[in-house]
Amino acid sequence: MSESKEVALKIDGLYKDFLLPHDRKNSIKEKLLHPGKSQNEQLHALKNINFEVARGEFFGVVGRNGSGKSTLLKIIGGIYQPTKGNVTVNGTLTPFIELGIGFSPNLTGRENVFLNGAILGLSRKEVNKLYDEIVAFAELERFMDQKLKNYSSGMQVRLAFSIAMQAHNDILLIDEVLAVGDASFQRKCFQVFKGMKKSGKTVVFVTHDMGAVEEYCDRAMLIEKSEIISIGKSYQVAREYRRVLNSSENTTSSGQSNRFGNGKAEIISAVLTTLDKKPFAQLHEDHDEFLLTMEVVFKEKVVKPIFGITMRDGTGLPLLLSNTKALYTPVGTYEKDQKIIVTWRLKNVFNTGRYSISPAVAAEDAVTMFDWREDMLWLEVDKNYYLPGPIYFKHKIEIK
Amino acid sequence: MSKISLYQKTKQVLSRRNRSLIVELVRSDFKLRYQGSVLGYLWSLLRPLMLFGVLYVVFTKVIKVGVGIPHYPAYLLLGLVLWTFFVEATMSGLNAITGRGDMIRKVSIPKYTIVISTTASAFVNFIFNMVVVIIFMILGHVAFRPTLIFVPFFIAELVLFCLGVSFLLATLFVKYRDFSHVWEVSLQILFYATPIIYSLAIVPVRLRKLMSLNPLTQIFQDVRSVMITPQTLTTKQVFDSQLGRILPALIVIAVLTLGSWYFRRNSRKFAEEL
Repeated sequence: MSESKEVALKIDGLYKDFLLPHDRKNSIKEKLLHPGKSQNEQLHALKNINFEVARGEFFGVVGRNGSGKSTLLKIIGGIYQPTKGNVTVNGTLTPFIELGIGFSPNLTGRENVFLNGAILGLSRKEVNKLYDEIVAFAELERFMDQKLKNYSSGMQVRLAFSIAMQAHNDILLIDEVLAVGDASFQRKCFQVFKGMKKSGKTVVFVTHDMGAVEEYCDRAMLIEKSEIISIGKSYQVAREYRRVLNSSENTTSSGQSNRFGNGKAEIISAVLTTLDKKPFAQLHEDHDEFLLTMEVVFKEKVVKPIFGITMRDGTGLPLLLSNTKALYTPVGTYEKDQKIIVTWRLKNVFNTGRYSISPAVAAEDAVTMFDWREDMLWLEVDKNYYLPGPIYFKHKIEIK
Repeated sequence: MSKISLYQKTKQVLSRRNRSLIVELVRSDFKLRYQGSVLGYLWSLLRPLMLFGVLYVVFTKVIKVGVGIPHYPAYLLLGLVLWTFFVEATMSGLNAITGRGDMIRKVSIPKYTIVISTTASAFVNFIFNMVVVIIFMILGHVAFRPTLIFVPFFIAELVLFCLGVSFLLATLFVKYRDFSHVWEVSLQILFYATPIIYSLAIVPVRLRKLMSLNPLTQIFQDVRSVMITPQTLTTKQVFDSQLGRILPALIVIAVLTLGSWYFRRNSRKFAEEL
């Protein structure tokens, strides 16, 4: 982070453990009957979290359910106490983690505005002044004297959001709140966020919605299993998140085996290199093409096998399928213990992200698999392009 | 704790922001309590009045405890109104934190504001009830004496006592759900251990001193003495010195100090324990 930017939020070596009692001793009887330490299990909800958010930044926090992201937000919001580490907040914080806290279904919309406003730190006078603005933004003019229980969930969120926007604090913590509102209201909310950003306010936003992260967040952070896995530009983090989501789904569905086939031929190695055969960590914009080279050894005599690759993005969506049969590449007959090299020369059309490559060797009938290496290779691409989408190549726009 | 820091602490507790939060919590609590009932706010007056009616008949016509106490109707009603305030404040105080669980788990607000709001809510009801007491005093030809100016002091003592007990109970109830039962039983015992329906004068002398240590006894008797009839036996008279007022007041301060200390110590963890 550049030093010129003012730090709004600094998290330093943060740990949070929860004690999970196996049977809660909620009554005196239990305490008397089973004295001494109850058997507690320690749950490490957050491990060694370090990051900074600059003033005016729109910072996304993503992660799967149970990854610890909401716990983190609650610690920043002062609801939970950290086990270890420091949280430094420069400026005032809107202390809400969820919208509509304290909303009572049996009170009218109007009464709830005042109650919720007070919870967010507004006085009755202030709410009175802002009341019309709040109602207009929520588009609920006709419903304010109705009880909240007659509101749809979307209407409730709209009302809650409109109030929360009026709590003029420097930092906003938002946890999964906009999922309920309809698309047009969500857009409106993000417009407000953008306006707040311009006026120097900081937004920390927890979500599953990668589209929103990519579109609105300046930076983001991925938390997985209580730790920060990746932090950086939001589209990179979003892609990483898709990969994490995808890889875990694969391991649960296909178990340990990421290789199958009868073994008549084996893929010994596969590497990604530049055209001059140099390995690379990441593919950049100036790499026009790159090579995928795999070495195959035959365990038996094989006639006209098929060599192929499948390339997928982080969500598992196939981007490129290629094989020698489809390309009419001449293929010969190979003897036992013969080693051959197969090379793909590929164009660098991919957008920033991580892509998996699964090479394979199959029999002439294209049905019998000799060797399939699922996700054997990962291609990392880093281009200076910030819009989502799986592919990107240099192109121009002309206006006449 | 020096006087200045106590003053500053009180100022902080009752900051503008906390005050408006307490006011809104009380306001919404009130609106919710009487929603859907035809008589609405009247119920908060009717409840002690009904209890009064029953007890009045029983203790003047059947058991005759009240005979001999001057202005017994006003005397009894005042006792019941004070008692109702104590019950309401402490019972809602007990539930204050657990009842607002989802709020505490999601927003960082000073937790004590919630407990203060429950006592404040009960206090508003109490003021309504006091209006009825005054009507009874007029009907019963009770002389309005200048000693009435002392009433607010004793009421303030009662409020502080309710707050102290509420802080203690609210914290205990988060940890041990037994306390709703413990407190219900305790209230039943306290109802008879405090001179509400009977006069302290009919209690054996030895027991009187013990009972007078109960801040409720001291407050109830003192309020009756300054409001209804100077013939009320106050705890000051029981101890035959100011000690009779100072001792129970010290207990109130002790309970409040202990309660707020215990609450403060545990409140940081409420969100995780609920």
